[in-house]
Amino acid sequence: MRALLLRDLRLAVRGGGGFGLGLVFFLIVVTLVPFGVGPESGVLARIAPGILWLGALLACLLSLDRIFALDHEDGTLDLLATAPIPMEAVVAVKALAHWITTGAPLVVVAPVLALLLHLPSEGYPWLVLSLALGTPALSVLGTFGAALTVGLRRGGLLLSLLVLPLYIPTLIFGAELMRRGMAGMAVQVPLLMLAGITTACIAVMPFASAAVIRMNLRQS
Amino acid sequence: MSIWEYANPVKFMQLSGRVQPWAWALTGISLAIGLVWGFFLTPDAENFGASVKVIYVHVPAAMMAINIWGMMLVASLIWLIRRHHVSALAARAAASVGAVMTLIALMTGAIWGQPMWGTWWAWDPRLTSFLILFLFYLGYMALWSAIENAEAAADLTSVLCLVGSVFAILSRYAVNFWNQGLHQGATLSLDAEQHIANVYWVPLLFCIAGFMMLFVALLLLRTRTEIRLRHLRALEQRERTA
Repeated sequence: MRALLLRDLRLAVRGGGGFGLGLVFFLIVVTLVPFGVGPESGVLARIAPGILWLGALLACLLSLDRIFALDHEDGTLDLLATAPIPMEAVVAVKALAHWITTGAPLVVVAPVLALLLHLPSEGYPWLVLSLALGTPALSVLGTFGAALTVGLRRGGLLLSLLVLPLYIPTLIFGAELMRRGMAGMAVQVPLLMLAGITTACIAVMPFASAAVIRMNLRQS
Repeated sequence: MSIWEYANPVKFMQLSGRVQPWAWALTGISLAIGLVWGFFLTPDAENFGASVKVIYVHVPAAMMAINIWGMMLVASLIWLIRRHHVSALAARAAASVGAVMTLIALMTGAIWGQPMWGTWWAWDPRLTSFLILFLFYLGYMALWSAIENAEAAADLTSVLCLVGSVFAILSRYAVNFWNQGLHQGATLSLDAEQHIANVYWVPLLFCIAGFMMLFVALLLLRTRTEIRLRHLRALEQRERTA
């Protein structure tokens, strides 16, 4: 399992583009927003939590189809299916690799981009906390979506259609946690819900993704 | 003699062929009674005027939108556990009916909301969760049509339906938490002391029955079409290889 994780990480870093692309996309989204809504810092500060969460979510979405597509094309996935480790573990490792290469960098970069949007200073800890809690769920759910569309040649658009509705609860509680934290309101409910969604997704979704991968491999 | 006998496509075709005309007839009768009674023979409500009559379409459509997803969930489970093809095809056939029901509920809601709330759309929890349900229907249907291998498509969409159900319910509670609503509470329930006034209630029940029978009739029709399509494809394939 560690070998698989290291291999995926190495491929992501050296494989050209995949690693930094999500971050650059995040930067572009945040850059474009002021052009759309105007540069007044009051407006930007008000919508900053939502924009940062949406940007992170879209950046995460962008790199999902890489999780299985290459491995499926060159037959690695078939080898992994016959390997001694269970498919559930393979899927979990893939999701972890996706989070390390996409989710974690997003959490690190988000405060810098929050500067561009004039996020009030009391928002920063909540930004980092909510993204750190929420992005693992995004990766695990995305892995499920990628597993569903792995056999399709043009699965990219379909992948977003399938995955984005699944992201809604995470987005709601993540952004709500930030808003309430900034306003100094009670944060216990969104905090616990967000953490609950993430842990439940990590616990359950690998089984669903592995089942789906097996179904996909059976047909080919 | 058990219900699983009808998982055999031939048996199912026989039975559904016999049931179908009755389903259509019942649909016609109960919708005719419910809609005519509701639209023309009930008084206008005190604060709402004639716009109250939209409930005869809105409420049944909204109920069916949710129930059809539930039916798809059951059919998907049957497919995953017992692998009856009719069940998978029925789930597929139900999806587009469900999507249309959701759309009807959203649109009639907008038509009612414009004069009553002064807006076509509000980010109210009920409205939002119906929009989300609509997105789930769309994703489910898109996945069905994207996969060529019929068995794999049935497998994958069934899992999507299971996961989607969990997240649809989760979204329902999430949006409840996220925003306060304009929408009134449930109008009908079995244990409530007070329903809406009886003049409206009885024709509404007819309409609900009519929409349910309409769904059954459409479901039978579409499932039969799917089975015939599957049969046709098998025949074509046999011809090509022969």
